Amino acid sequence: MTSLFSKFDGTAGALGSLVEAGGRNPFSVVIEKPVSSTVGIIEGRETLLFGTNNYLGLSQSPRAIKAAQDAAAACGVGTTGSRIANGTQSLHRQLERRIADYFGRRDAMVFSTGYQANLGMISTLAGKDDYLILDADSHASIYDGSRLSPAQVIRFRHNDADDLYKRLKRLDGTPGAKLIVVEGIYSMTGNVPPIAEMVAVKRETGAYLLVDEAHSFGVMGERGLGIAEQAGVEADVDFIVGTFSKSLGTVGGYCVSDHPELELVRLNCRPYMFTASLPPEVIAATMAALEDMAEHPELRTQLKDNAARLHAGFHGLGLNASKQVSPVIAVTLEEIGQAIMMWNRLLDLGVYVNLSLPPATPDSRPLLRCSVMATHTAEQIDKAIAIFKQAALDAKALPEAA
Amino acid sequence: MSETVESVSALIIQKLLANPKVPRDIDGNCKIMDDLAFDSLAVMNFVMEVEDDMDVSVPLDKLADIRTINDLAACVVDLKNKG
Ligand SMILES: Cc1ncc(COP(=O)(O)O)c(C=O)c1O
Repeated sequence: MTSLFSKFDGTAGALGSLVEAGGRNPFSVVIEKPVSSTVGIIEGRETLLFGTNNYLGLSQSPRAIKAAQDAAAACGVGTTGSRIANGTQSLHRQLERRIADYFGRRDAMVFSTGYQANLGMISTLAGKDDYLILDADSHASIYDGSRLSPAQVIRFRHNDADDLYKRLKRLDGTPGAKLIVVEGIYSMTGNVPPIAEMVAVKRETGAYLLVDEAHSFGVMGERGLGIAEQAGVEADVDFIVGTFSKSLGTVGGYCVSDHPELELVRLNCRPYMFTASLPPEVIAATMAALEDMAEHPELRTQLKDNAARLHAGFHGLGLNASKQVSPVIAVTLEEIGQAIMMWNRLLDLGVYVNLSLPPATPDSRPLLRCSVMATHTAEQIDKAIAIFKQAALDAKALPEAA
Repeated sequence: MSETVESVSALIIQKLLANPKVPRDIDGNCKIMDDLAFDSLAVMNFVMEVEDDMDVSVPLDKLADIRTINDLAACVVDLKNKG
């Protein structure tokens, strides 16, 4: 008889050698207690957090914490239902209005996670005869949305506007709408797309454009609206999807748009309809975090400075770090064994980053993915750079100093 | 414009052999993931190169049904004939 679980044999083997090689299971790290936005207790030790996506440090915002406490006291801790049934309270409507207004858009839909926002928007917008045109390095939630959609799905080369154009041109004359999906900052590498060129392609080919600003919201643009704001192309972006789980420090996802049909999407979108809505305390905390972000543009300046400091530090060590400066900085290594060793040494020495292994990485090489925060101090960044140096030497990822 | 499954399959094999990690004795019946040890991402990236050569886009849902080199060739020929 076939075991239901034999399909996991490969995973079991890979995990076994991963733990054997490094002494830890990198997928079961426990942050025993967050001390601040930048420090957590891991294995009983104070550890610098350089892999939390908490770009503005707002997970620890006093205003958001207070708002959550008040909302829980006033409204309870859960909605026990779907947005289209009993799961919409005044707070949900308020948050949608605030998000839409913040982006200067007609309407917003709030989802229970950012993953579901992509899953829902992509699968609902692209119907049977339509085409989804995805960047090859898209996040899993974008790929999963495309699998839930009956549309034909075509990948174009990562950040390559010419390739996007070529693939849309091949579809000339086919019926069906075309929806291009790109990200504002790519989550694994920190790469930023040539959005103005992509907008030009969209215009010429009559396609629609959806931008996932998961990592660029709160980070790019004068008001923190993301890459569309920074590049001045907001009017050409039909749909912006994002998450509350990074810059705003809470949880939940959203889509904003000027298309009035968003109201109808609500009634056709399975990942929106068939799940419980966000609890009141999360909604209230998110609104408070949004106020923090709006009132403190200096957080964004600090974040940029911090990202530049870590980026320069890594390049100064001779590490193969991301080319562009963004709060996502990936260090690419050549061998998986080296990456595992270095990741473990980093944690031993007091720095937590994300270990990303192929095939979850773009080019089958392993990555140590770091995310920088506005709340990191210069000393914390310098300490992290020094620890990276030591860990890289220990893992033989850097040549021994002469 | 008269590609056949045989000619496209030959082209794919030639492309694959340019990669030193690919076994030398492959033929059209080889399973791309099982026999060549490509992971899902490597398959998608390889197909992109074939797409460039053949000036065709293979939708991802079609890719899900492709096991062998000949399957991929047949799919490309089919898309070309439709286009
Ligand atoms: C690009 C991108 N989109 C969407 C998501 C999903 O967001 P969430 O974690 O809020 O579900 C993430 C992060 O996980 C992401 O990196």
